[in-house]
Amino acid sequence: MKIKDMQKLLDAKVVCCEENIERQVYSACGCDLMSDVLAYVKDQAVLLTGLVNPQVIRTAEMMDMICIVFVRSKTPSDEIIQMAKEHGIVIMCTEKRLYEACGILYSNGLIGSATKAQS
Amino acid sequence: MNDELVFHFDIDGEDFTTAGQASVQIKKNLRQLGLSSEIIRRVSIAMYEGEINMVVHAHGGEADVKVSEDWVEIILKDSGPGIEDIDKAMMEGFSTANDEVRSLGFGAGMGLPNMKRYTDEMEIDSVVGQGTTVRMKVKFNQ
Repeated sequence: MKIKDMQKLLDAKVVCCEENIERQVYSACGCDLMSDVLAYVKDQAVLLTGLVNPQVIRTAEMMDMICIVFVRSKTPSDEIIQMAKEHGIVIMCTEKRLYEACGILYSNGLIGSATKAQS
Repeated sequence: MNDELVFHFDIDGEDFTTAGQASVQIKKNLRQLGLSSEIIRRVSIAMYEGEINMVVHAHGGEADVKVSEDWVEIILKDSGPGIEDIDKAMMEGFSTANDEVRSLGFGAGMGLPNMKRYTDEMEIDSVVGQGTTVRMKVKFNQ
């Protein structure tokens, strides 16, 4: 799935790095707990979250993620947007809730991470 | 080690929003050295969790990252309150973080377990009232 397909499915607004929405993504992770995101090692390209603070961008950067979807109409600050721009991370905002947004993407073929937490 | 490279960082403990900046920087440095993306990710995630811990619990501290022929070593040193029971602190889910930290997506008792998970060796020296030093190694041929 391309990032722009996600945008359509979630009826989302792209906040930054629109030049990257043609990029392909193969798996995603929906979570408000950043340490849980960090516990899973494989290539989850997308993070869906209701948490809005700079640590979300840093977590995504640590995990080499390329897209963050803020759910429930949460709006990131200019500081957060600037950080995402530095790393080329696409930020999108949707009105949908986390559960619904994840469900829509999953049922359209974007799977979760197939890998277990590294032990 | 002939060619050991050392990166030093002072971790500012005043502001949680800036926590993780050293880890972002070390990621850049390791990329420039041409290390594999998996090694870079493991080092930077372990350091990131450590950095968060230092800011949350110990008012910051110092980080040294040493790159040698066979491994990357991360040494995190703080003069914080120390860890009373290290075995307990290593358990997933155990946390002494406050609600503010939790509201920011951390403090769920995953920090130290994640650090151990991503590194090949991890040692914690801690003295209550004096501080904590964590040494971690990520080896290239594991």
